[in-house]
Amino acid sequence: MKPAPFDYVRPSSLAEVCEILAADEDARIIAGGQTLIPMLAMRLARPTRLVDILRLNDLRGIRAEADAVVIGAVTRQVEVERSEIVRRSLPLLTKALPWVGHPPTRNRGTVGGSIANADPSAEIPLVAVTLGAEIEIANPSDRMRMPADEFFIGPMLTSVMPGDCVCAVRFPVWTHKRIGTGFHEVSARQSDFAFVAAAAQVAIDEEGRCIEATLGLGGVGDRAIRIDVAPLLGKVPARAAITEVVRAATVDLEASSDLHATADYRRRVAVTLGTRALEDAFADAHSGNGALQ
Amino acid sequence: MKVKLTINGRQREADVEPRKTLLDTLREDFLLVGSHAGCEHGVCGACTVLIDGEPSRSCLMFAVQADGYEITTIEGLAPAPGELSVVQDAFCETHGLQCGYCTPGMILAGHALLERNDAPTREDIVEAISGNICRCTGYGQIVEAIEFAANRLRKANTPRGGRS
Amino acid sequence: MTNTLPLKFVSSNRRVREDRRFVAGQGRYVADVALEGLLHVAVLPSQHPAARIVSINTLEAMKMPGVHYVLTGEELARATEPLMNGLETPNVRRFPLAVGQVRYAGEWVVAVVAESRAQAEDAAEKVKVEYEPLPYVIDSEEAYDPSSTPVHAAHGSNVLLDKTFVWGEVEKHFAESPRHLSFRVVWGRSSTVPIETFGVAAKWDPWREILDVWASIQMPKYSDQIARSLRIPLNNVRVHQDVDVGGSYGVKRGIKQTVIVSHLARLLGRPVRLIEDRLDNMRAGDAHGPDRIFDVEVAFNDDGIVKSMKMRALDNVGAYAGRSPFQLGKPIGAIVGPYKIQSVKYHAVSVTSNKAAQEAVRGFGQAPTNYAIETAIDKVAAAVGLDRIEIRRRNFIRAEEFPYLIPSGTHYDSGDYHTVVAKVLAHADYEGLKRERDELRASGLCAGIGVAACLEPSGGNSSFEPLLNEKNTTSTWMESCRINIDGLGFVTATIHTTSSGQGHETLTATVIGEVLEIDPDQIRIVRPDTLSSLPSNSPVGSRMAIMLGGAAFHAAQKLKAKIVRLAAHQFGCAEKDVVYEGGIVSNAASKKKLTWVEHVTIAHRNFHLLPEGMEPGLEVTHVMQVPTGTQLPKDGKVQMYPCHSFEFHLVLVAFDPEIGKPQIRRYVIGHDCGTVINPHIVKGMTLGGIAHGIGAALLEEFVYDAEGQMLTQSFMDYLLPSSHEVPHVEIVHHCTPSPFTVFGQKGSGESGYLGSPAAISGAINDAVASLGISFSKLPIRIAAISDAIAAAKNKEKA
Repeated sequence: MKPAPFDYVRPSSLAEVCEILAADEDARIIAGGQTLIPMLAMRLARPTRLVDILRLNDLRGIRAEADAVVIGAVTRQVEVERSEIVRRSLPLLTKALPWVGHPPTRNRGTVGGSIANADPSAEIPLVAVTLGAEIEIANPSDRMRMPADEFFIGPMLTSVMPGDCVCAVRFPVWTHKRIGTGFHEVSARQSDFAFVAAAAQVAIDEEGRCIEATLGLGGVGDRAIRIDVAPLLGKVPARAAITEVVRAATVDLEASSDLHATADYRRRVAVTLGTRALEDAFADAHSGNGALQ
Repeated sequence: MKVKLTINGRQREADVEPRKTLLDTLREDFLLVGSHAGCEHGVCGACTVLIDGEPSRSCLMFAVQADGYEITTIEGLAPAPGELSVVQDAFCETHGLQCGYCTPGMILAGHALLERNDAPTREDIVEAISGNICRCTGYGQIVEAIEFAANRLRKANTPRGGRS
Repeated sequence: MTNTLPLKFVSSNRRVREDRRFVAGQGRYVADVALEGLLHVAVLPSQHPAARIVSINTLEAMKMPGVHYVLTGEELARATEPLMNGLETPNVRRFPLAVGQVRYAGEWVVAVVAESRAQAEDAAEKVKVEYEPLPYVIDSEEAYDPSSTPVHAAHGSNVLLDKTFVWGEVEKHFAESPRHLSFRVVWGRSSTVPIETFGVAAKWDPWREILDVWASIQMPKYSDQIARSLRIPLNNVRVHQDVDVGGSYGVKRGIKQTVIVSHLARLLGRPVRLIEDRLDNMRAGDAHGPDRIFDVEVAFNDDGIVKSMKMRALDNVGAYAGRSPFQLGKPIGAIVGPYKIQSVKYHAVSVTSNKAAQEAVRGFGQAPTNYAIETAIDKVAAAVGLDRIEIRRRNFIRAEEFPYLIPSGTHYDSGDYHTVVAKVLAHADYEGLKRERDELRASGLCAGIGVAACLEPSGGNSSFEPLLNEKNTTSTWMESCRINIDGLGFVTATIHTTSSGQGHETLTATVIGEVLEIDPDQIRIVRPDTLSSLPSNSPVGSRMAIMLGGAAFHAAQKLKAKIVRLAAHQFGCAEKDVVYEGGIVSNAASKKKLTWVEHVTIAHRNFHLLPEGMEPGLEVTHVMQVPTGTQLPKDGKVQMYPCHSFEFHLVLVAFDPEIGKPQIRRYVIGHDCGTVINPHIVKGMTLGGIAHGIGAALLEEFVYDAEGQMLTQSFMDYLLPSSHEVPHVEIVHHCTPSPFTVFGQKGSGESGYLGSPAAISGAINDAVASLGISFSKLPIRIAAISDAIAAAKNKEKA
């Protein structure tokens, strides 16, 4: 399982990266390599050239801004897992990280790599979609931000154009006093691709009424999606109500069927895990654990 | 392409194709055959080395990407020829291996865990080795080995190495 | 049992000496063997499940950088003999590279030789093969049907073996039994999949006319088959047995890979190596395991006593036969499990299909058969309303009934199943476990307890060969050991096989140390190559504790006797008056004694002091035959393996009915393998076997779609249990020694695997029984559990 031959370049600036990509449509970015290299080994991907962005310091780092946390594309997943900024301001992401691959793949794999790979069952894209994150993309002429749900368009498919390089992910930070998060996943083994993953974040007022809520589901269809949980707003939700809202919102959900799990299974478990993620989030908000400091 | 790698504390050089993995380079260019190929697609962990002290799959890295890191292979763990580190000895004490093929990766994963956590729970150990597949032992004696090593290290009267 | 003295080294928890080199990364696996001028092979697989090879164009491939040769099947077939079959099926021919036709998707068509593996793969892509697709068959029952397209046209059908054995008065027992039930279970195609793939390197020395082979191999008569295929004398083949094997569990028999590289080495005059990559290995390493449909009927009474059993086992071996049909034969040696079933009808069918070929997998068919037997017992329990453990107690062979003759002709040597079960139940607090299960159920989860009681036949006399193939008259299964005490008194012993982690060096040194009463750690064990080796039948059939342990024991006894005779001659007394203790010999009456160094020196240097007829030196060899079962079959019956270890699994499983992911909450296994030579080693085998069993029960399968394409090509889809998936296992010991072995030891190389799939399946079925559903196919997938529960609940509502 040796890759087909390719050239290797390590540009020293983002501008150079974009130039190379724009000039050669068979060039590919490599950062952590945890998903790209297996594809190269199996000769499913045959780039002419690998453009290594892992050492570009501009693309690394976790930065707290007023209303967002910006994570550079080549930030390693393990850094996010251990980050105090993320734990405080993006607790949902902290909850999701232990489910991403294995410890060794988190040591090398990057946030940008997971985003750009766009696996329908991947956890980081799920959290990005759930929180309405924006993907920062650079190309030779421009730098733009794209909402996550426009970025992910299909299984392993993104809106990335030739010459584009994902630079960072901006996760919005909620400023409510009481927020809570919940994350649930089922996979054949701990480290496997999720059959279904559910990510939830809620905010409640002093009376425990829901003032904001978001639920995302991954692994069910061809990309991570946000579920309409608006009916929960203004209420103090109980399990039955939550289940109903999730069921109603997922009744027409497209689900994929494969060797490991049927479409029926995915739809069924989407309701189960979506409900549990929301329940956990409400409980988390009540207990004060999710409050911002 | 020429690469300069720091392996087990030594600077080594090789001239390799960009597509040559760190694993193949370690084995073929540097004759460090303790790291093993089990799947070459990043699942089994037999190729595990430490990159700046953290377990990583050397089959998922090209040699041309591996400069500028402290790379530790199993060969770098023994204190001297014929001697074993505490973790290596613990694996002998509990028989935490049979065929030995996954063992270097397991030991490095255990070693890295104990560098940052001197009192790991069973769950911590299970998580730390979850990226290394063993088909011989069923993991029981491997977990025991790392527990045994943790115990010995806690009780030893030696300062511990750098923690990240 | 030969040894009657208290044990000093045997059974104590000595370190396994092999571990030392492996923890330092100093193992020597085939890929580590450096050979100057080594060339590398990559293979080109077929994409079609069946197709005629119309043409092969290698021109472009030959021009690729670093390429030395491109070998086709036709060329290889001219220079070599086809690979051997176990059954008499001459029209089912198997070549290392496809000849004229490919018979499964992934089958190797061409082998490219280049300066590096990467270059060989680059060139393999450039080989142009034209195919004419042919009809194919994937499904086992379709393959059994005479109207299916034969995988081997000349054979005329897909049936390799279709043999029915009737042991005892089956029809009579069925007629007179008040109750019957029948069911089907399916053992999905999985395998033990070692982390090291198969690899082999060969080098031909034309001046000495020796073919040197280094391989990751676990195979009896490996060098025989190489010689036969290459058409060279067997004493031109030198297999290096000091190559460490990275796990095998039966499957590493890479004869096709070996023939390819051996031929190329001879042709090209340079060493050649083929290391399978994981894709090569999964789809075409020909190391898949049983793929079996069991149809079972049992006849029983209202007390749950099972009198008779009918079993049809239909196994899909894939496109080529090899040895795999025998995997239907081995279970005959324990066909009634641990139960006193009085008669059995066993219908064994082996069919070909356009899937990859099977190889011997740990237990050689026993684990799937135990799954079928244990399912039968569980169903009988449900039918008569009895606890599943109670029903087993009622049907178990009793401790006082050994040696026990089963209907198919094997005597079980010894056992005490009731005591093992009692010990497990006491240790696990069975009543408490049931309460725990009930509490889990009350909390809304599905929870179930599963049990499995089964035997591990050990000793590896493969008398299923003559049983299934009358032309095979093999009745010899040997193992050897040679011990030399050198002129300075150091002990070196030889073993004549490769090992893949079973600790044979430690085993041998422990046994020799025990007999000679010297420190085992001072005994060196070496592995000569096959030209310098004594006969061996390799580690198969859980035989080495018995056979290698036995050979080492007897050799050491011979040496001790020689020392005693030499001493008697020095002391001027009778041999019976010589005391041997800790390597020192003495005689009370004369007050004379000789230290170890003294008697060694006499043996090596003082010929004038030796008794009449004694050879100088202290060297001895022992070649041992298996202790029982040395007769050919008669009337469809035969004594198979001599010894029978026993295991009893008790498992508590729970899962969320919607999610369907089973969690093993508690796992207790009672294990009786007679006298344990090294506890560390036995524990490792048991825990490792259970991990394999968890994989087979819940995760692992080689899945083929209707188009004959294998969907589980890599470790991303073929799911191996990680540390998260294997729970902590509690082992409860018991020891009923075997009367046939030197220390009473039995085999344990297959332990855990033989019963855990049955126990886990039983637990899941117990968990869903109240919903009126059950699972009858392994692996039991998460989605299947959830889907079945949802369907059952919907049916209830409707």
